[in-house]
Amino acid sequence: MALPSYGKRPWTFYVLATLFTLFVIFLYGPMISVLILSFQGPSAALNFPLRDPSLMWFDELFNPRRVGDVPGAFRRSLPLALITMLLTVVIAVTAGFAFRHRFRGATLVFYMAIASLIIPGLVLSIGILVTARFLGLSANWYTTALGAHLSWTLPFGLLIMFAVLGRLSPSYEEASYDLGATRWQTVKDVVLPIVFPGIIAVALFGFTLSYDEFPRSWLTVGTLNTLPLEIWTMTTNVTSPALYALGTVTTIVSFIVIALALGSILLIQRRRSGSS
Amino acid sequence: MSAPALKEGRVSAATLPASRMKMTADSSGRKAWAPYLQVAPLTLVLLLFFAIPVALVVVVSFFRYQMLVGLVPDFTFKNYVDILTNPTNWSLYLSTFKFTIIVLAITFVLGFWISYFLVFHVRNLMTAIALFLICTVPFWTSNIIRMISWRPVLGREGLINQALQGMGVTAQPLDWLLYSDFSVIVAYVHLYTLFMIVPIFNSMARIDKSLLEAAVDGGASRWGVVWNVVLPLSKTGIALGSLFVVTLVMGDFSVVTVMSGGLSGSVTSGMFNDLQFLNYPRAAANAVILLIVVLLIAVAIFRLVDVRKELVR
Repeated sequence: MALPSYGKRPWTFYVLATLFTLFVIFLYGPMISVLILSFQGPSAALNFPLRDPSLMWFDELFNPRRVGDVPGAFRRSLPLALITMLLTVVIAVTAGFAFRHRFRGATLVFYMAIASLIIPGLVLSIGILVTARFLGLSANWYTTALGAHLSWTLPFGLLIMFAVLGRLSPSYEEASYDLGATRWQTVKDVVLPIVFPGIIAVALFGFTLSYDEFPRSWLTVGTLNTLPLEIWTMTTNVTSPALYALGTVTTIVSFIVIALALGSILLIQRRRSGSS
Repeated sequence: MSAPALKEGRVSAATLPASRMKMTADSSGRKAWAPYLQVAPLTLVLLLFFAIPVALVVVVSFFRYQMLVGLVPDFTFKNYVDILTNPTNWSLYLSTFKFTIIVLAITFVLGFWISYFLVFHVRNLMTAIALFLICTVPFWTSNIIRMISWRPVLGREGLINQALQGMGVTAQPLDWLLYSDFSVIVAYVHLYTLFMIVPIFNSMARIDKSLLEAAVDGGASRWGVVWNVVLPLSKTGIALGSLFVVTLVMGDFSVVTVMSGGLSGSVTSGMFNDLQFLNYPRAAANAVILLIVVLLIAVAIFRLVDVRKELVR
């Protein structure tokens, strides 16, 4: 460590460092084994060792002869996640700002959001399906499933905004106004730079929670599956490494999204510290 | 960190008083209705996709189920009586509670000590953030895939059995590693510890380090500091994390189904079965009971710790 030394590390450091390392192995080990086994050869064994590495199971995925309609499910899951992300950012961020002031019903809306967060996904799934039936509408990924996903991503977004806006003291804005800045200048030069990394975090949550959501999608997508539902059916039907290949592909998509989000936060931080 | 642009002095001093007066008048006039407008979309979505559906679940739970027809409007307690008098449901609740308590205990211990390690032992802030991110990245990937990824590890011919037999520790593969209560708990801990780490880390990061030094100067032991300073000050995070873990485990059916190989069930998997026979009224009644149980637990947690005050402040 390059930082100022505080003397010898206590023994607890080593105990906890070991715990942490074991936890990280526990967290990533299984994922890595799936990643490796998705390159299994024609022996189609679901376990180690890896024999004759090949890409055949990835090929299988995109040629839907034996497995389900993976490309189709992906073409629904991706736009759904993107729409959910956009709406989550807009709605959660504006709502976050509302909570900086006192307004009537604030407590009610807050507890409704928390309840929406902790309600079992399947319960809500039933509710939304029944609501759609009463209204005579059919369930679709871009209507009912979108709503089901929002009921889960928005409370998350709101909690993140609470954490972010907690750091934005109203005195910064007052100072800006006192110095004669217009509202637009204040938003652009004071509020946005502080809040922006948080907005990216909200977007990341909006995308990934929707992209991977299973219980809330189950009854609400209608007849055409999203990707997690497709994977769910595959867990029971498909007994080939194609399942692992699909796992690898979706995990890669998730990692690209995470890298984009974290990378842009880092870039903003760096640019900001460079300009001031 | 704040307002670098202000230093550039874009606004001339001459215009200052006028614009300032305009500003204050404007913003005080705006304050009254602005929050309502800002919170309206959220409220609308929550009403449409949370409040109304939940209300309808309650309504439907009193309906009658008829083969082939499905829902028949009625006001009957039959669904509830069915559920409450069926011993299978009681054992499902019992097994769900068992999983919840075990998982809560494990994730709390892991979450607390990992956060403690990151906040108080890692001396470089950037390292701490990087390690924290390593813990959180899997959260953003698919739960089902992460669950399945235990198969090649815990299975009969999996990595652990291969290793144990290779080292000559066991002669036969261990059967209880996969498709058992053990694998269900492993998967829960794998999936949900993140929900404990993030809020506890958040609470701990806000603790003023000088408090710890003061406690040590005052003669507190290392253990005393953890027990009397760190633990009470991270209670919001613990409460929030527990809320997540409890509700996730109580509401789960996919982990139990996949990881027990169909041997164990959960409250929700009972519902799942009803739904496959299109028995919506009984599934709804089951959902209402589960919802009441979950809400009672949530209320109890909120009673212990005022999470809202800590969050919104």
